[in-house]
Amino acid sequence: MPAPNAAPDATTDDGRTVLDARDIGRALTRISHEILERNKGASDLVLLGIPSRGVPLAERIAERIASVEGYDVPVGSLDVTMYRDDLRMKPARALLPTQIPGGGIDGRTVVLVDDVLFSGRTIRAALDALNDIGRPKAVRLAVLVDRGHRELPIRADFVGKNLPTSLVESVRVRLQGIDDVDAVTIQGSTEGEVA
Amino acid sequence: MKRHLLSAADLSRDDAELVLRTAEELRSLADRPIKKLPALRGRTVVNLFFEDSTRTRISFEAAAKRLSADVINFAAKGSSLSKGESLKDTALTLEAMGADAVVVRHSASGAPHRLANSGWVRSSVVNAGDGTHEHPTQALLDAFTMWRHLGSLDGRRVAIVGDVLHSRVARSNALLLRTLGAEVTLVSPPTLLPVGIEGWPVETSYDLDAVLPKADVVMMLRVQRERMHGGFFPTAREYSRRYGLDGRRMATLQDHTIVMHPGPMVRGMEITADVADSDRSVIVEQVTNGVAVRMAVLYLLLGGSEPAVSTEGLSE
Amino acid sequence: MTTYLIKNASILGAEPTDLLVADGVVEQIGSDLSVEALSSVETIDAQGLIALPGLVDLHTHLREPGREDAETVESGTRAAALGGFTAVHAMANTEPVADTAGVVEQVWRLGREAGYCDVYPVGAVTVGLAGERLAELGAMADSAARVRVFSDDGKCVSDAVLMRRALEYVKAFDGVVAQHAQEPRLTEGAQMNEGELSGRLGLAGWPAVAEEAIIARDCLLAAHVGSRLHVCHVSTAGSVEIVRWAKAKGWDVTAEACPHHLLLTDELAATYDPIYKVNPPLRSATDVEALRAGLADGTIDIVATDHAPHPHEDKDCEWAAAAFGMLGLETALSIVQETMVDPGLLDWAGVAERMSHAPARIGRVADHGRPIEVGAPANVVLYDPAARRTVEAAETASLSRNTPYAGMELPGRVVATFLRGRATVLDGKLA
Repeated sequence: MPAPNAAPDATTDDGRTVLDARDIGRALTRISHEILERNKGASDLVLLGIPSRGVPLAERIAERIASVEGYDVPVGSLDVTMYRDDLRMKPARALLPTQIPGGGIDGRTVVLVDDVLFSGRTIRAALDALNDIGRPKAVRLAVLVDRGHRELPIRADFVGKNLPTSLVESVRVRLQGIDDVDAVTIQGSTEGEVA
Repeated sequence: MKRHLLSAADLSRDDAELVLRTAEELRSLADRPIKKLPALRGRTVVNLFFEDSTRTRISFEAAAKRLSADVINFAAKGSSLSKGESLKDTALTLEAMGADAVVVRHSASGAPHRLANSGWVRSSVVNAGDGTHEHPTQALLDAFTMWRHLGSLDGRRVAIVGDVLHSRVARSNALLLRTLGAEVTLVSPPTLLPVGIEGWPVETSYDLDAVLPKADVVMMLRVQRERMHGGFFPTAREYSRRYGLDGRRMATLQDHTIVMHPGPMVRGMEITADVADSDRSVIVEQVTNGVAVRMAVLYLLLGGSEPAVSTEGLSE
Repeated sequence: MTTYLIKNASILGAEPTDLLVADGVVEQIGSDLSVEALSSVETIDAQGLIALPGLVDLHTHLREPGREDAETVESGTRAAALGGFTAVHAMANTEPVADTAGVVEQVWRLGREAGYCDVYPVGAVTVGLAGERLAELGAMADSAARVRVFSDDGKCVSDAVLMRRALEYVKAFDGVVAQHAQEPRLTEGAQMNEGELSGRLGLAGWPAVAEEAIIARDCLLAAHVGSRLHVCHVSTAGSVEIVRWAKAKGWDVTAEACPHHLLLTDELAATYDPIYKVNPPLRSATDVEALRAGLADGTIDIVATDHAPHPHEDKDCEWAAAAFGMLGLETALSIVQETMVDPGLLDWAGVAERMSHAPARIGRVADHGRPIEVGAPANVVLYDPAARRTVEAAETASLSRNTPYAGMELPGRVVATFLRGRATVLDGKLA
C-alpha cells in the first residue's frame, strides 16, 4: 500500500516508506494526547523507552506532554536483554542502558515505549524486568508501529500506525539522533513497486 | 570474547570495553530492591579455590548468584608441593556435576591453562589468580574503577608500585591497561622486577618520588615482609621509606589522582593508614566494582549460546 | 647363533658394501659377499641404509630399583635397542641410590638378564646423593659392574671441596666425575629458563649462570688436580663457551648435549604443558644454535639422551607440580639427523663419533664404540635416513609416555640393531 504523501524516494532499495518524518511527528502527538486522556493527566506517569529506538520516542512523547500540560513526566530506559526468552539461542548480547528515574516505579503508571510491536516477546521480557524493579500501579504500552503476528497475548494501548505485514517483510524504523532521518520503511515486499 | 578468561591478553580492546560497559549497567543492580537478574538461571558456576581467598571467592559467588546461577564452592588444600587432591581429579569430579564455568584460583602459575586445555572439563575457565602469573578480573575491576573516575584511559599514566616480580595483579594490569591505551610505569626496587622486563610494554623506575607527580593513578601492591628473608630488601623499614606511600608522598600527587590497592593491604608497609583512608583512596570502591565486573564477565561468557562477540554498534 | 649377511649397507655414509656378522663379530666386509652355509644365514637387504656402530648412551635413567612404575631395566633397554643403542649408562638416582657395590651390581645383572642392551651402571658420587660425603667409589669400581662414571645426576655436587675430592679420588681407577651443573641456591623452586618469557608466565626462573658458574668452577678444579671432568647435559651458549675455553687450555674436559636441547626452546613453556618441563630447562633459540655449533665443532663431545621416564600422573597436572624430564632413547638418532645431519652440520662419521666412539671412550667401555671393521664385536645399527615417521606417545617401548615429540614428524628409522652379533631389533621391531 503506498504511503500517503509518499516521499520522493518511496521505492528505493531501502524499501517502501510507510511513515515519513511528518507522519511520525503527528503520530507521536496523537499518542501523547491519548496517554494524557487515558491517564486523566500527567501525574504519576513514568515513561520508559525500550532501547534503542524506544528511548528517543519516549523522550519526544515527554516533550509533547510537557508542552501541553506544562509538566515534566519522568523519562528513562529499560533494557530487556537479560529477560529475553531467546537469550541462550545466540552469543551473549551486550547490555543496553537501564535508567529508572529517581522516583522509581512503585505505585505509578508506567508507559513502556517501543518502536515496533511484533511477536510481543520483547514486551513480555519488559514486564518481567519491571517486576524485579518494583510494583507499578499499572503498565501501559505505546508503540510507533504495530505490524501484527503476535505470538503472545500482548496488545498495545497506544499505536502510532497499524501496519499489516507478511512475515517475509521487515519493518525498519529510523529516528533522528540514532539514524540520520525519521522514517519507517518496509523491505522485502513481494508486491510490485508503487501501483 | 574467547571461551576462557585465562589472561588479560585474552581480551581485545573491544572485548575489554564491552566488559566495562556491561559492568557499568550491572553496577546499578546494587541499588534495586531485588538484586537479581535471571540471565544465568540454570547455569552452574563452580568456585574452585586451591588458595585461601575469602574476598575473591565471595566476590565471584555474589556475582554468580546475582545472575541467578547455581554456585558450588570447592575449597581445596593444594600447595604446589603436596598433590593430595589433584587438580585433575577435582576437575573431573566437577565436570561430572555439570559445571558451565569453573572459576579457579591456584598457587601454580598455569593451572587454569591446564584446566582449559587438558580436555578434563568442557566448561569455560575463568582465572581467579594463578601463582605469580595473572589475575585478569582484578585488572578489569581496576580498569573499571579508573574509568569511572577518569573517563577514557587513553594516555593516562598509571604507576604500579611494589613487588612486581611476585605479583599477578601487576602482570594483568600491565597488559590490560596497555590494551586500553594507558601508559604504565612499574616502580620497584631492582630485586623485585623480573628479568626481561625490558620486553614488557611498560616503563620502569626505581624512584617513586619522581614518578608520583605525573601519575593519574597510583596502584600500590602488597609487599610481604617475608620477602626480606629472600634478600629482596634488607628491612621492612627501608622498603617503606623508599617505596611506601605515606601522607608526605600523597601530597605530591595531582588533584585528580586516585590511589588504588588490590588488597589485602599491609598497613604501614606499602601504604599508611592516612593514605588508605583518604578521599583519594578508592580501595573500598574497588571491592564493590569487583562484583559488577565479575557479573559482567560471567554474563558475557555464559549468558548466551556462546561468549559475546564484541562489535562496535549494539544491534537489537 | 644366526649369521647375518647384510647387503649393500652404507657404513658411515660411504659406498654401499656387504657385511657378514657371525659368532658375535663382524667377520667380513666387502662387496658381493657369499657365505658357506654352516649355520643358518639370514640375509638383510640394507639398500639405502646407513650402518653405524652401536650407539652408546652416557646418560640414561632406567628407574630400577625403586620406580618400576615409570621404567624398568628391561623396558628401558628395549627402548634403547629400538633407538639403536647397544650400551647405556644407567644413572644412580634410583631408590635405593646406586651408591654401593651391591646396587650397581644388581642393575648390571638386570641388564644382562634382559639382554637387549649392555647396561653400565653409573655410581653416585655422594652417599644418598646428599652431597655430604663420598660414596664408596672404589668398591663400585671394583665390583662386577666395573663402574667408571660417577654422578649425582639429578642433583649437583655443589660443595666445592667435595667436588675437588671426588675429582682427585677417581684418578685411582681411571674414573670420571660427570657433573650435573646446577647451583642449588640460584635455582630454588626454579621451573623454566629465566628470561623474558618466565617473567611473563609467572614461572620461577632458572638462570643460565646457575649452570655456567658450576661448569667454570669444575673445569678449574679438574685442571688444578689433574683429573678429567665430564659435564652432563650442557644447555646454554655460555656453557659451550666455557667448555671451549677449558679445552683450549688443554684441560681434560668432556661435555654432552641432549637431543631435546638441540631442537626445542623455552617458548614451549607458554603452553604450560609440563611435557616440556625438564632439568636443565629448555633454553632460548640462541642457546640451541650455540649447542648445535658446539656439537658440530667437537666442543661438545657427545650426544646423551638423559632419557627420563615419568608416570602419567607426574606430568598430567599443573606445571609446578610436575616432574622434570623427557623420554629420549627412541627418538635420539632422528633428532640428531633432523638438527645436525640434514642441515649439513655433521656427517654420519660425525654421528658415529658423537654417539658411539666418544661416549664409549669417556665411559671407558671397551666392547662398544669401536669402528665397524673386521674382527670387531658386532655392535651395529642399520638406519634408514629416508624414512619419516610420526611419533606416537602411545606406542613408546618405554613404560612411560612423556615424549615431547608426540605428534611430530621426524626423519629416519632404526631398522636393525645388533648386540654382539645378535639381533635385538629387526625390521624396526624388537626381535
